Parts: sequence; C-alpha cells; structure tokens
Amino acid sequence: MNQIDEKLLREIADLEGVPQGAYNIRKNGKLEGRSSSAHITIDTKADKPGIDIHIAPGTRHESVHIPVIVTETGLKDLVYNDFFIGADCDVDIIAGCGIHNTGCETAEHDGIHTFYVGKNARVRYVEKHYGEGPGTGKRILNPQTIVYLEEGASIQLETTQIRGVDSTKRETKIVVGKGAEAVITEKLLTHGDQTAESDMEVILDGEGASGRVISRSVAQDASQQVFYPKMTGNAACFGHVQCDSIIMGQAKISSIPAIVANHVDAQLVHEAAIGRIAGDQILKLMTLGLTEAEAEEKILDGFLQ
Amino acid sequence: MLEIKNLCYQVTGDEGELDILQDISLTVADHKFVVITGPNGGGKTTLAKAIMGLVQPTAGQILWNGMDLTGMSVTDRARAGVSYGFQQPPRFKGLRVRDLLTLAAGRDGLSKEECCQYLTRVGLCANDYIDREVDASLSGGEVKRIEIATILARNSGLMIFDEPEAGIDLWSFAKLTETFRAIHDQRGATLLVISHQERIIDLADEIIMVSGGRIAEQGPKEEIFPKILANTISGCSYMKEAAAQ
Repeated sequence: MNQIDEKLLREIADLEGVPQGAYNIRKNGKLEGRSSSAHITIDTKADKPGIDIHIAPGTRHESVHIPVIVTETGLKDLVYNDFFIGADCDVDIIAGCGIHNTGCETAEHDGIHTFYVGKNARVRYVEKHYGEGPGTGKRILNPQTIVYLEEGASIQLETTQIRGVDSTKRETKIVVGKGAEAVITEKLLTHGDQTAESDMEVILDGEGASGRVISRSVAQDASQQVFYPKMTGNAACFGHVQCDSIIMGQAKISSIPAIVANHVDAQLVHEAAIGRIAGDQILKLMTLGLTEAEAEEKILDGFLQ
Repeated sequence: MLEIKNLCYQVTGDEGELDILQDISLTVADHKFVVITGPNGGGKTTLAKAIMGLVQPTAGQILWNGMDLTGMSVTDRARAGVSYGFQQPPRFKGLRVRDLLTLAAGRDGLSKEECCQYLTRVGLCANDYIDREVDASLSGGEVKRIEIATILARNSGLMIFDEPEAGIDLWSFAKLTETFRAIHDQRGATLLVISHQERIIDLADEIIMVSGGRIAEQGPKEEIFPKILANTISGCSYMKEAAAQ
C-alpha cells in the first residue's frame, strides 16, 4: 500500500494501516489483504465477485473492516458482499469506499451488501464514501444495502458522504422482523455539479418492529439531491422518517418521503424540511467573533455532525 | 468607554421615511452598569444592535475605548470586545451547548468544568445540557439562558443584554440577577442591559429611558427610577385611581 492508499483508508475508515480483527481490503477490484478471526470468517465468492462474511452466533464486541479503494482511472468495480450474522451477536462492521482519480476516465465502485441478521443480534454498520484526485474523470459510487432483521435484531446504519463524489445512487432496503429495530442515519454533502440520489425502503414487517430514518444533507453550488425514503408498516409498529436539508447557491433538492400503513396499529410519522441557513444563525456566530465564512462552516459541520 | 454620538437610524416604509433612532448621544464609563428601558417599539433593541453592528445607522458614530466601530463588521466589533445577547436567540440543529460555549470562549478545549460554571451562572445544570443540541427541543427560556451563558463565556469588555429576563422562570431569574451583580461587583465588564425588570433596574448605576427613538431621560438610578414609576401611573387613569385607593 502506498501513501494515497493509506490516506484513503484514513478518510473512509479512520484506519492507520491494517485494522485489528477481521478485515478484507479491496483495491482496484482485487484483494489487497484479508484476515479472518476465530469467530469471523471471510471467504471469496465462487460465482461472482465479492465475499461472504460469516459471524458466529454469540460473537460480541468484535469488528469487521471491509474498505474498498479505487485509484485506477477507468475502473468499474462491482462487488457483492453478503453478511451472515448469527444470533445474539454484537458487532461493528466498517465499510466504505475511497476513490482517488487522477485520470480523465470514470472510476466507479458499486457495492451490493446484503445482511442477514440473526435473532437478537445487534449490528452497527458504518459506511463512508470519499472521493479525491486531480483528474477530470468522474468519481461514481452506487451502493446497495439490503438488510433482513430477524426477531429482536437491530441494525444501526450510518452512511456518510461529504464532498468528492460526483455521482451517487444509493439504494437501501431493510425488512424489519418482530420486535426488531432499524435506525438509518444518512449524512450527505454535495457541491459543484454533483448529483446524489437516495432511495430507501424500510418495511416494518413484524409486530413491535420499529424504524427510524434520520437524513441530513447539504447541497451547495449547482449540485442536486433527491431523496425517496419510504416506510411501510405491515404490523403493529412504529416508524419515523426525518429529512432535513440545507440548500445553498443554485442547488436543487427534492425530498419525497412516503409512509404506507397496511395495519391499523402501524404508527408512522414523516417530517421533511428544506431551507437555507438562517441569517440570524450566521449573525449570532459573527457576534462571537467568527467571520461569515467561518460561521457558515460551523453551522454546516454541526448540522452534519 | 462607550461613546455614541448623534446616532440616527431611518427606514423607508409605506408611509415614507420613519425615524427609528433620532440623534442619540450617550457615554458609558468603564465598568458601569447601565439599564436601557422604555416602552416597546421605542428603539432600544435597534440601539443595541447598532452598537454590535447588526444594524447600520444612517448617521452618527459609535466609539469603544476610542476605536471607531461605526464602519466595522460584526466580526471585527466582536473581536474588539463587544458582545450582544439576542432578545430572541436563534437555534442551531446539530450544534450542542458545548459547541456554542466553545465558539463563544474563542478557544478549543473548553473544559467541562468551565462550561459547567457558565451554565450554573444562568441556572442550568451542566450535566443535563452540555451535550444537548441548541435546537427546537429546548424551550424558549432554556435557549435564552444558553444565550446569556455564551456572553459570559465570551467575557468581552462590553456586554449588551437584550431583555435577558424574557421567558426566564423566577428561580433562574434570581440566579441571573446574582450573576449580573457579581460581574458588576468584580468590575468584570461594562454592562448595557435592556430591561423592564425592577430587580435588574435596581442593580444599575445609571438608567437611560429610550422612547420614540430618542433619549427621554438619562441619569443615576436614584434620580430616574422614581420618575419612571411616577410616569407609569400618571399615564393611565385606571392605574391612577387604583393608586389613590
């Protein structure tokens, strides 16, 4: 790994070199390094590109890192990663993709992640997207995340994409079983003429299922964002969708939440707001000695914190 | 020393030009506690905002310790030692109480103990508030007290408070008057407080009564306060009758 690789890993996974515990590092569509642990095994798929990750039932306080880095211009990388998480686990999964594009051709990574989360297991899934490089080639990331939560299971899905990615189309689908819980936190900042689209579907399928979507985004310059969070209640359940966006410059944002109840005891709420930074917020921070630009930066940092 | 010379502020409305401030001149010596009072819509907040730079006067001059603030930006005035607690402070999604206090103090790594001290002085328990976001989940009174705490953390030479008592409960209000008294006793700052509260007015060295965009009365508390009270009653026949009984 060279310095660029190390920097990308730092950006997307807070990693200094090789991670602790189980990991799989993919670089330019090839395996760069892998380690299984006593409870977590990682195997290459036989039929298509990607890996199977098996986490033994009862595995607690362990983590899996599966970062992807793309530094080759013109590369289109497609990968299928399947996670089989046993009952009663409590694990962190740290994914993410960093693109460093120096050329004039598009560099693209499409990661398709499927999670089968066993009874009463708890998963925290963290995914950061990052793009950089002096080239004129586009940096594109199109992730798909599909999650099946068994009874009493829970997942916290935290996705972050701050600058650098020219085009992204994100698809997320979570089926929440009896007494299970899904929490999705999405943070996005686009600038220049970037585009981002996020389609989400949370299906609250079992009695006592709960789902929460918290989406915060900032669209600067002439960038465009579209959100389609959809929450469906098929049982006595609770779901909440909250989309907040700050719009700047000539940007465009569409926020189209949907809630669908197929059961009389489904309680579903959605809130969506788009607005510019309020003038009095900037002024307040200026009275604390910040310049206008510093004030704006602090407000955006806080909003996406 | 704060000096305001012939300050005017005009706006153009539907019915022509409107004078919000008319030829306001005043001097506040260092470490004085001055209360600005007067009827609603009289120009008090505009005057305070003009000192901070949030409103650009149409004529006149504002000097702080001899430095001409009149053409300076809000940021530069803040850095020169002027601070202003908003009457209706904004809320920030995502910024925590700790973040605001850190920004106000102007240095990173403000310790929990320091945050705690500022919050205690406005009657808030630090443990309950320090990591809360300054968003719609806080009540008006809570946001107001956090606003005052940011001014304490800022620790500027000139502290302007715009109706600090508004929306604050009785218990916190008692704490707040104590805090103002302590700043004044330690000669920690020059205090300019817009207030209608007798207990705050009672702390003042001087009172300035602003009405109709002009200074109607100005002088030591002992002299002005009785006049204000007398004026309040004489202006209203119902109250006069009640007072006579």
